[in-house]
Amino acid sequence: MAGTDPIHQFVIYDLFPIHIGDEAAGTALNFSFTNSALFMVVAVVLLTGFVTLSASRGALVPSRFQLAGELMYTFVANMLRSSAGKEGMRFFPFVFSLFGFVLVANLLGMFPYFFTVTSHIIVTAALALLVISVVILYGFFRHGFKFLKLFVPAGVPAYVLPIVVPIEIISFLSRPISLSVRLFGNILAGHITLKVFSGFVVSLGALGALGWMGAVLPLIMTVAISALELLVAVVQAYVFAVLTSMYLNDAVHPSH
Amino acid sequence: MDVEAAKMIGAGIATLGMAGAALGVSNIFANFLSGALRNPSAAPSQTGNLIFGMAMTEALGIFSFLVALILLFVA
Repeated sequence: MAGTDPIHQFVIYDLFPIHIGDEAAGTALNFSFTNSALFMVVAVVLLTGFVTLSASRGALVPSRFQLAGELMYTFVANMLRSSAGKEGMRFFPFVFSLFGFVLVANLLGMFPYFFTVTSHIIVTAALALLVISVVILYGFFRHGFKFLKLFVPAGVPAYVLPIVVPIEIISFLSRPISLSVRLFGNILAGHITLKVFSGFVVSLGALGALGWMGAVLPLIMTVAISALELLVAVVQAYVFAVLTSMYLNDAVHPSH
Repeated sequence: MDVEAAKMIGAGIATLGMAGAALGVSNIFANFLSGALRNPSAAPSQTGNLIFGMAMTEALGIFSFLVALILLFVA
């Protein structure tokens, strides 16, 4: 089982080493272009190319390609408008970019030998921190200190407030944690499962002719789990975007 | 006890959390099906909520799997 280690697929290595500073003293900053950075660039180029090209013709009766872009646009727009209302639509470029990036990054990871960007907690934590920073900063910018009324639900008697307010604050602070760990855990778990079942195929296939017949079973399982992983990739991007819209709704309309 | 053995045992116990997640996900689909069979015309409008609820519940099962993976491969 030595060659089928399921963790090796997540190793980050430098494609173009870029170290700024004193390498001999060990204090150099590592700005290397890694395989993770490469696939992030590929995801952004693909998404931008798709959206730009689909809107380039601008025909009144859309072609199939333009229809695909319009479908994605109206899907995210309807989701954001129903969650955050008309004032929340000012965040539409932000939510669309998040949804598109997470979707393309997840789907790119489904190809063999491609690196899955969102399978690292640092990437999903950066996205979640970005979302929660936008929520907090916009909430204070727009509503001032009345934004803190978010933590005081309506219709709560005053003597319960010392218990309810800390609970509300903790549940608010747990949002970026759950947002990042949900995406990270789903993608990581799916890819490790795929690698483990593929390892079973290899292990059984090494046993000769009888092993080949037995290896069909984990192969079927791998195909089934790949289909599930495709569904998870799309659904997790949707869930990330929907939760972002709901948190933005809390920033735009901060009463419970 | 050997640290490696303790990690393996801990990873095995951590997978028990998926039982709760499995019950939760089946709960969502069971209620959706019973509601959809009573009111079939309203079912397509709720498939969005169905998939969203399934994703939120399944996330908790994945969290427990994540604890098992951390015990096996990280700590």
